[in-house]
Amino acid sequence: MGAVAALAVAIPLVAAAAIAATGQLLPPRVHDAAAIAAAATTAALTFVLVARTGGPRVVEWFGGWTPRHDNVAIGIDFAVDRFGAGIAALAAVLVTAALVYSWSFFEEGGHFFPVLVLLFLGGMVGFALTGDLFNWFVFFELMGVAAYALTAYQVDETGPIQGAFNFTVTNSIGGFMVLAGIGLLYGRTGALNLAQIGRQLDERPPDGLVVAAFTLVAVGFLVKAAAVPFHWWLADAHAVAPAPVCVLFSGVMVELGVFAFARLYWTAFEGTLGEHDLRPVVLGLGALTALVGAVLCVLQRHLKRLLAYSTISHVGIFLLGVGLLSGDGLAGAGVYALAHGLAKGSLFLVAGILINRHGTPDELLLRGRAVGSRGAALVYAAGGLALVGPPFLGVFLGKSLLEDGALEEGQSWVVVTAIVASVLTAGAVLRAGARIFLGWGVGADPLLSPEPEEVEPLERESPQRTVLVAVAGILVVGSLALGLAPGLAPRAKAGAEQFRDRHAYVDEVLEAKRVEAKPLGGHHTKPESIVLGLVTLGGALAVCAWGLRGHPLPRIAVAPLDRLRALHSGAIGDYVAWMVFGTAALGGLVTLAAR
Amino acid sequence: MTRPARLGLFGVGALGLAALLVRAVGGLHGFGGYPGPYGFVLAQAALGERHAANIVASVVYDYRALDTMGEELILFAAVTGVALLLRQQSPERAARREDAVRSDAVRFFGLGAVGAAALLGLLTIAYGYVTPGGGFQGGVFVAATFALVWAAGSYRLFHHLTPEPLVDLAEGLGAGGFVVIGLVGLIASGSLFENFLPLGTINTLLSGGQIALLNWAAGLEVAAATTLLFAKFLEDVMVPEEEEKPA
Amino acid sequence: MSHAPYVVAAWLFLAGIYGVVTSRNMIHLAVCMAVTQSSTYVLLLAIGYVDGGTAPIYRDIPVGTKVVDPVVPALVLTDIVVSVTLTALVLTLASRAHASKGTMDPDALPELKG
Repeated sequence: MGAVAALAVAIPLVAAAAIAATGQLLPPRVHDAAAIAAAATTAALTFVLVARTGGPRVVEWFGGWTPRHDNVAIGIDFAVDRFGAGIAALAAVLVTAALVYSWSFFEEGGHFFPVLVLLFLGGMVGFALTGDLFNWFVFFELMGVAAYALTAYQVDETGPIQGAFNFTVTNSIGGFMVLAGIGLLYGRTGALNLAQIGRQLDERPPDGLVVAAFTLVAVGFLVKAAAVPFHWWLADAHAVAPAPVCVLFSGVMVELGVFAFARLYWTAFEGTLGEHDLRPVVLGLGALTALVGAVLCVLQRHLKRLLAYSTISHVGIFLLGVGLLSGDGLAGAGVYALAHGLAKGSLFLVAGILINRHGTPDELLLRGRAVGSRGAALVYAAGGLALVGPPFLGVFLGKSLLEDGALEEGQSWVVVTAIVASVLTAGAVLRAGARIFLGWGVGADPLLSPEPEEVEPLERESPQRTVLVAVAGILVVGSLALGLAPGLAPRAKAGAEQFRDRHAYVDEVLEAKRVEAKPLGGHHTKPESIVLGLVTLGGALAVCAWGLRGHPLPRIAVAPLDRLRALHSGAIGDYVAWMVFGTAALGGLVTLAAR
Repeated sequence: MTRPARLGLFGVGALGLAALLVRAVGGLHGFGGYPGPYGFVLAQAALGERHAANIVASVVYDYRALDTMGEELILFAAVTGVALLLRQQSPERAARREDAVRSDAVRFFGLGAVGAAALLGLLTIAYGYVTPGGGFQGGVFVAATFALVWAAGSYRLFHHLTPEPLVDLAEGLGAGGFVVIGLVGLIASGSLFENFLPLGTINTLLSGGQIALLNWAAGLEVAAATTLLFAKFLEDVMVPEEEEKPA
Repeated sequence: MSHAPYVVAAWLFLAGIYGVVTSRNMIHLAVCMAVTQSSTYVLLLAIGYVDGGTAPIYRDIPVGTKVVDPVVPALVLTDIVVSVTLTALVLTLASRAHASKGTMDPDALPELKG
């Protein structure tokens, strides 16, 4: 089984190298087919891992270097649990979909696109599965470099340069923070293995070094996750990256940031920081991200930026789930992220179709232009619905698990925040859909962001629209189905318990013990969840209608919204200044909590 | 944000971050007092276990080979990205700038040094696991040799010596080869990057088992990748763009 | 001053980021990023140093001689490669920006706002 984990990383990487090496020699269709085959194989391998990590983790020591006597790890390991395998599977599925979608999308790029996407996949899978801190950084950078290059794909226009540049610089600085944190941890513990670090730090009070190391590495992951105030790069990158690439960014890459943040805490730092309640810090971070993202989402008329801010808001909701520091909260966040990834992916694919067909990403300019595109309209509506999460559809299961978790911990405000955020974002998505596919709504809306520049459609023969819509359709059906997947909730809860169990992690990784799974509990949807799901639906429809009317608002409310939007200036200096401020603030808050 | 506002925000943040960092490094051991255990365990065990005199090489290509694989592929991804982003749009090239070096002395000594430089690079790669050096270091040397050809010769000469299909192939072989060697280890010994070759004698070229192979794969890839990077940037400068499209 | 190297690392880290925040040229910004990353090299190598230790290469020293930590040079090697790749990418974007906009000022780049 360890070989399966190793192959899940090795196959996309070797396929990428092979495609690049034969780049000039073979016709483009062969490359695309080979890439799809590699991605699909990786997906199959990750599904196997998901199936086999229900009980003990799958631990694989590379090079055969198992830990020495007195449990000093000398090699690199993959420590795969259900959540890790699950997010790797999501990555592989979305990559396969993106590659099928772009089968005829890119002509002049040659083989570059599939090569970079496969490298991106390899990076993501490695990032999800690894148990070594420095190896984590290496895959973080692999993911990053491939992503930066993919963002600038349409490099002939200037927009992509700005988007790719901001993405590169902010995430690279995040990477430097991770490195600094790694240095501090290595200096303190003399180890790079997460389990060993966790064991070394365990039971000792957190001092300045531990707090700083946690802050620095966490900030690096939070930049990747686009949490506020590290989120500035995401909208810029999504606006210019090709639609299939956006699917990957919003669908799984930022979720990996949240996953890594959670893994960092529970594996390495819970022993030392667990006594000091970090919940206010993480919940605050989540709430800030959820609300700022939601507000900015509503204020967008650029379709891809709208979806990007919706992603940021959802990251906030996932962080709320993580921040509850409970099994239900974590399980809810995981299932929510899964359904969100598939739905958001399908929405981006439809957006890609729209932008290429009509030459503009502007919601207002697209008004009514897609009336009659029934397939795309249906998929878009389904995607929007999946994000609303009405009872038993789409994100409903994840949401209700999260809500249960919040109410158990007595944090009902979390429920309110999550609902407000999802109402706003879903409403904006539905508003855009109604405007574009039905022609509803006013023609002008001064509250929305200024008009984006025209985007010229890529010069190529028109793609098979049926295939594109079909791919998006498959993703969205998957997302909707997750709302009532039987057995998903108990497995998610069991997976969450496994994720949080740091003693089992150490035992399984360093001492090769096998910790059996606890029996699966049941999950019963509470009536409150159904009510809240209906409330969300109603709220989203209301926001949609309000949006179609042009967002009538009292004058005093408009100015602060404009200020908030103006902060997103596109200038890298502003972004990095905020990142430094955010790091200092987070460090300060963790220091206070750790007293 | 205005520049003063930005600086102010940064200033506040930097003060806080500085405080965080200073408190942190206060908790580190004093310089020279590395407490281990990772480094000590490997320093003691690696020579006996791997027969490679350069312990760092055995860390890079054996104990932590997965990291190196990732690093190879990061380089590969970046070079692919640069090649993608700098791809020339116009199919017909504009006239190249005439840039051949005119000074005979520069050409004589410069191009004369190319052979020595190439040899030095190859030696650095070859003996990388016995003496200081290695695939990465030597690979950069070899790429620098090509740069020397340009600096002491001309772009045309450089371009002739580095045909793109060949360099692409070398890069793919290096990166792919690295992973494939790991996969052979998986099939032969049960774990990715597990050594499957005999370990040989310490202090000779035939030592270290797979370390020697991986060392060369890395050297090939880094040489090709760095050369390609240099070639792309040079092409970008030497072959001017067609007129900018009107704004 | 046994912690001096670490303070140097912290200083470099902040100075590099300051450069990024105030940069008016993308090439300058790429170099500032390299400076920030170099602070991590200093940090890692300083952590791995052992008093009186020599290079961990047993070519001509007897087995059992005190050597410095062999792990951190491996980490720094990876770190340097990452830095090269990031510099290459940022410089590429700078070149493209110059080609299409005639400027390399990061503040003049934004077309997407809000």
